[in-house]
Amino acid sequence: MGGSNQGGFSAQLKRYYALYAGGFIGFVVMLAILEQMGVPNKVLGYLLLGATVLLYAAIGILCRTSDVVEYYVAGRRVPAFFNGMATAADWMSAASFIGLAGTLYLSGYDGLAFVLGWTGGFCLVALLLAPYLRKFGQFTIPDFIGARYGGNLPRAIAVFAAILCSFTYVIAQIYGMGLIISRFTGLDFGVGVFVGLGSVLVCSFLGGMRAVTWTQVAQYVILIVAYIIPVIWLSVKHTGNPVPQLTYGYVLSQVTAREQVLNDPQTPEGAREAEVRSIFKLRQEEAESKLKALEKGGEVYLAEEKARRVDFVAGLSAQHKADPQSLVASKRELSEFPENVASARSQWRMEADMDKLKAGPIAAHAEPFASADETTRDKKRKNFMALVLCLMVGTASLPHILMRFYTTSSVQETRVSVFWTLFFISLIYITAPALAVLAKYDVYTLLVGSSFSELPGWVSAWASVDKSLMSVTDINHDGIVQLGEITIGGDLIMLATPEIANLPYVVTALVAAGGLAAALSTADGLMLTIANALSHDVYFKMIDPLAPTSRRMIISKALLLVVAVLAAYITSLKPGDILLLVGAAFSLAASAFFPALALGIFWKRANKYGAIIGMLGGLITCMFYIYLTYPFFGVNAPLWWDINPISAGIFGIPAGFVGVIIGSLLTAPPDKNIQELVDMVRYPGFKNQT
Amino acid sequence: MQLSEKHRQYWIKNMRLTGLLLLVWFVATFVVSWYARELQAITVLGFPFPFYMAAQGALLIYLLLVGIYAKSMDKLDREYTEQEKE
Repeated sequence: MGGSNQGGFSAQLKRYYALYAGGFIGFVVMLAILEQMGVPNKVLGYLLLGATVLLYAAIGILCRTSDVVEYYVAGRRVPAFFNGMATAADWMSAASFIGLAGTLYLSGYDGLAFVLGWTGGFCLVALLLAPYLRKFGQFTIPDFIGARYGGNLPRAIAVFAAILCSFTYVIAQIYGMGLIISRFTGLDFGVGVFVGLGSVLVCSFLGGMRAVTWTQVAQYVILIVAYIIPVIWLSVKHTGNPVPQLTYGYVLSQVTAREQVLNDPQTPEGAREAEVRSIFKLRQEEAESKLKALEKGGEVYLAEEKARRVDFVAGLSAQHKADPQSLVASKRELSEFPENVASARSQWRMEADMDKLKAGPIAAHAEPFASADETTRDKKRKNFMALVLCLMVGTASLPHILMRFYTTSSVQETRVSVFWTLFFISLIYITAPALAVLAKYDVYTLLVGSSFSELPGWVSAWASVDKSLMSVTDINHDGIVQLGEITIGGDLIMLATPEIANLPYVVTALVAAGGLAAALSTADGLMLTIANALSHDVYFKMIDPLAPTSRRMIISKALLLVVAVLAAYITSLKPGDILLLVGAAFSLAASAFFPALALGIFWKRANKYGAIIGMLGGLITCMFYIYLTYPFFGVNAPLWWDINPISAGIFGIPAGFVGVIIGSLLTAPPDKNIQELVDMVRYPGFKNQT
Repeated sequence: MQLSEKHRQYWIKNMRLTGLLLLVWFVATFVVSWYARELQAITVLGFPFPFYMAAQGALLIYLLLVGIYAKSMDKLDREYTEQEKE
């Protein structure tokens, strides 16, 4: 492929996408006008989400292909700039898009582990893996493992690991899709899942990597517009400056000053906060005494408590002038009363923990590892480090990301495209902490201290949508909102920002479309990784190397369908916390792939047996810790060295390295062909030997 | 594939650059976060220094590292391929 030809292709693409971005903004403006004319919100939501999903499907249809190189690696001619955009969209998951700002709002400095981990990982990709994988130049990550270590066993393990982590991750994405579609269109969660999946399938089904690439570029444009616009607006409102990333340090110092006032019982506002906290302290003690009584009394105690509540409700209903509100409240309490000892224990434990959190002073946003005592601080610092490392190494090991770097035209282009990827990702990751601080400032200054009779519109709007996202209760009955009386769910920050900034509803719908784009683009990449691992690595490389192209394509597409249906089915079971699923995917990928990939490039002595032992050892160690500690499995064993379950990879990664090194040293060095493969991969500018 | 002296030089230069950049990566990420509490008193643009680093500074450094690597390796590649053609 000639340089000028490639340049022309790139220029043409830039024209197309500029037109497309302009068209999209025009469409949003048109919707804003419709909103002014009185079109109801639900219709706007349908129009915006529907239009974007149709658009992705249309790109998928336009890019349909049955050529192998086009299908697996988009023809290896994606310009660095566009591969950067596509990888960024591939990378930004629903959890990052909707949840990150909220996580940062809730955990302050400690939440920045996600920002560091999810960007710093690209240094490892750029320096240690991407250029070498591109030089190798095949189709999948198990391809590299298979060729570098020889034999079918390493390849098979790599296929298993690739499917395991991609499948875990895809469930988190589909879950996010279902949530967004159901919340903004009123469709059922299950229907939302299938609508979203339908659009993913059209894309990857018809055009493989080629269609996925060009759809992802389109999705990146939508998600960045949706992320940036509300934040700019909010920033103008608070600081008069449209570039919050530069100036929110001063907003942060105001937030810190507010925290000190609210934490100080000498000030009038601080005194009211202290009052609310003492009420929570009482509630915590009450919940703990119930727990103690439960341990002693068991079933009998639970039955007594339940009977007491039944009597209470009966008595209240019999009263003629019973307060309807307290009747409703006590009826709800009765209906939510735990059914057996185990559920009572977990429910009351949760209540006690939440009350304990609310009874403590407000954590300072900017303070690292905030805690009253030294041991907890050390524990938090250790976990911060572990999480950053796991996320970084996981980033450098997720097959759906690494696979994208096969699609550029040369090694040099690959290096540049990692730069663009990091650039496009950082646009969002630099904005998220700013958004968290701006939203906090809004809550601390405008919401706290306002009167319950005139709450801001967005507060009551979201409180009526979902209590777990936003709830305000007048705990100390003084008619004024205290910080302790506000409960905010992480996802709220991103979802409610347009309303906090007084933007029209169409921007809220835009944020939803952005979240959907993030979920769909990641799901696209993941589904393709899974299907390719099965069709290319298992079927073509291991079962039938003589299979004609057309049959490989058919097998690949049939498998996509099977995987999609299976993923949708598992998602409909709602297997728990999104963030933990994401953590598991990163830890699993990091433990299984990183040692074998990195040592495969930088240590010629690494051989087949080392790879087998290392990959299996890392994977098993990581899976074992996940099994021990994730609430989903119900074992809940004590933590190793206080490391949180989300960082399970911290044990898997070293196990992987030790496995590769020891396994290799104990057996014979790899033969000459493989050593030459390593040389081929290392010297991109030199004459190609293959 | 017979490795020449040029190959060896190219690889050593590559490793030196990679090692140096990884060192910066490590300090910007892990050393700064480890001493976050101790560095809290320093202020940059209104931020406490560790907060600034984790929220923005480190990201810009990463971007710089990846950019430098792409540029220098491109140059190195060109230097060594031209020599080989002679």
